[in-house]
Amino acid sequence: MSSTTEYRPKTSTGRIADFVDTRVGASQIVKEFGRKIFPDHWSFMFGEVALYTFVILLISGTFLTFFFDPSMAHTTYNGSYNPLKGVQMSVAMASTMDISFDVRGGLFMRQVHHWSALLFVAAVSVHMLRVFFTGAFRRPRELNWVVGGTLLVLAMAAGFTGYSLPDDLLSGNGLRIIDGVIKAIPVVGTFISAFLFGGEFPGTAIVGRLYMLHIMLVPAMILLMIGIHLFMVVVHKHTQYRGPGRTNDNVVGFPVGPVYAAKAGGFFFIVFGIVAAISGFFTINPIWNYGPYDPSPVSAGTQPDWYIGWVDGALRLMPGVLGNFSFEWIIPFPWGDNNLILNVLLPMVPAAILIGAMFAWPWIERWITKDNREHHLLDRPRNAPFRTGVGVAGVIWYCVMWCAASSDLIATHFHVSLNDVTYWLRALFFLGPILGFIVARRIALSLQRKDREIVLHGREAGVIEMSPEGGFSEQHVALDEYKLYKLVSFESHEVLPPEADRVGHVTRSEKARGAISKFFFEDRVAPVTPAELEAAHGHHAPAIEASSENASIER
Amino acid sequence: MKALSQRRRHPLAAVALLLMGLLITGGLYAAASSVNEAQAATTYSASDVNEGNKLFVANCATCHGMNAEGSPSGPSLVGVGAAAVDFQVGTGRMPMQMNGPQAQEKPKQFTDEETKQLAAYVASLGAGPAVPDEELLDTSKGNSAAGGEIFRVNCAMCHNAAAAGGALTRGKFAPSLAGVSEKHIYEAMATGPQNMPVFNDSNITPDEKRDVITFLKEIEAQGSPGGAQLGSLGPVSEGLLIWTAGLGIVIAFTIWLTSRPS
Repeated sequence: MSSTTEYRPKTSTGRIADFVDTRVGASQIVKEFGRKIFPDHWSFMFGEVALYTFVILLISGTFLTFFFDPSMAHTTYNGSYNPLKGVQMSVAMASTMDISFDVRGGLFMRQVHHWSALLFVAAVSVHMLRVFFTGAFRRPRELNWVVGGTLLVLAMAAGFTGYSLPDDLLSGNGLRIIDGVIKAIPVVGTFISAFLFGGEFPGTAIVGRLYMLHIMLVPAMILLMIGIHLFMVVVHKHTQYRGPGRTNDNVVGFPVGPVYAAKAGGFFFIVFGIVAAISGFFTINPIWNYGPYDPSPVSAGTQPDWYIGWVDGALRLMPGVLGNFSFEWIIPFPWGDNNLILNVLLPMVPAAILIGAMFAWPWIERWITKDNREHHLLDRPRNAPFRTGVGVAGVIWYCVMWCAASSDLIATHFHVSLNDVTYWLRALFFLGPILGFIVARRIALSLQRKDREIVLHGREAGVIEMSPEGGFSEQHVALDEYKLYKLVSFESHEVLPPEADRVGHVTRSEKARGAISKFFFEDRVAPVTPAELEAAHGHHAPAIEASSENASIER
Repeated sequence: MKALSQRRRHPLAAVALLLMGLLITGGLYAAASSVNEAQAATTYSASDVNEGNKLFVANCATCHGMNAEGSPSGPSLVGVGAAAVDFQVGTGRMPMQMNGPQAQEKPKQFTDEETKQLAAYVASLGAGPAVPDEELLDTSKGNSAAGGEIFRVNCAMCHNAAAAGGALTRGKFAPSLAGVSEKHIYEAMATGPQNMPVFNDSNITPDEKRDVITFLKEIEAQGSPGGAQLGSLGPVSEGLLIWTAGLGIVIAFTIWLTSRPS
């Protein structure tokens, strides 16, 4: 197709730009994408933080690959760090030591890489929590939620493979735990372990293999998923909080160009600056403290990076024996005994449940509420007490396991017994999520009631009036329309009792759904209706006389 | 020789052989362990011992017994050596302030002279590890890299790879080694205070102990090459920093970026 444009650029720069544009169609893309509207709220920016830290990871990681040698061959360290001089170690460890002490700026880049990795996974997690608690995962965004969940798992995988590369004592201990977990898988575990490590642990292959995964496969998959994720964001448009003029069919905010392009570009450098400042001031993963890996020593305070901590904590919480009951089962087979190491396998169950439930939640919620409409408006967490309760239960379950990974540091720093910390955390492992659900749901319901109260009677003015009769009362001031709108515009699910199918039969799963629906939505606070508002304001006429604007909201 | 070969199938031959083996092993062990303790230098004067005895009866005998023979509240001190006294009293752990999972370090209760007299008394009760010579504490003669390897294999599982301390069971703990004097580190290794195992001279030789001390003093003096070390506690404090300060600063900026003058 030949260019049919009549436009004739006058300057040479214009001619070059036009030449490129007529061949790649960039102006069309800018026209479309540049007018894309994004709503403005601070909680929408964690995805951006994740993206930027990932870019920082790519940049700093590339620098590190110039100097890192993923070989497990033996060598004698002879670099600048005196307390390890002459110590036998792997080439991988020695090259990481060289990056830290003999490559100009190497230690800083290592720290940038590691700190931004921690911030990356944290930003991904907080972003997912925001999406969950505001209900942004609902139709049509269920698949993007799954893509996001996949990104979280990939981020953990990227982190763990990177953590294992320097071949220091800490990373070797981490790999040993992974090896133990793999070996606990019945029947095939030992074979998988031997395949992965190229023989018996630790072997001489694992660092090279993890390196390939860490610098090629996992980042490539993350990039692919980010591409799909952002594409879907553009297709679905961004969600927005409820507000005057914001509907399910529009997006209120600023266009990408020029406002967001500038803000986002600037924000990248802010994030980079924060990571650089932390990396400059705080040390991370001081491998020179840990020394080279040797299968015999395990240092006190050996923990994985924070995002793997909860799985490590689950292992720490698991008792080896319960009274006389052993969790190691020996199952006789015709070809010999097979071990079932339940005290290593069972702690993996909560991890599977948590991640599985996270992926499945959009469908679970849709099944319970039978709400299959498109949602582009977000819920305030208090306006979905059931979801907030479930989310808090999950977060608490995660945090109990997370705490368990630092049980030894809790014991030393709070001067309590390590055993007691473990006992308490074991109890909280079971009770914490239940209490969390109840308390969070109750708080959400109470906040809704408070909102209702404020809508109907206005906000407390802090002015105490004495009536001629001698009674005291506090003045209430009606809210302005915008604030009022925020408090009244939400949806509240109601109990949906089990329904019969076409032949009049109520299936067992439908009964279960009905029971859950009753459990979740029995207690509910309905949004204030215009009629209620009018009635309330009518009764309290003297209190709200001051503001006459509030009548307009009722229309 | 012929008599021996005739009796080798005697019913008691196995018993005799076992007895012989045990005697030789035991004898050799006794010889070896007395070599270890032979360094107990007896440079204490009789008056030191006397004064020490008085101090002991006044301050320690309640738990350890009038003749340091031990009681249900405290172990016997016969044979623990001067090093044990110098460590426990010199770091303030003894006399113990209160019962607990383990004796805590606190400001020391006795002067150096009194500590020496107590040590002299306890050393006079039976041979044990002596207070180390200056020679064994001279870090300029030690090898920090070798010491680091010994530390990681023997000490780091409780004291942490950077000697920042760690938790043990039921409220017991391995303390941080920052600021502990060379002499006290040596004595701790030689005597195994509280829950620490004894690393005697055949386990870790005096020269190796000096290497360990050299390593500890070197990592303490060099500071942290990468910036603030967050207590050298590993990934937990790192994760805590990124979730509090790191995310906190990020959130502050997101709020600033999305705020509008309205």
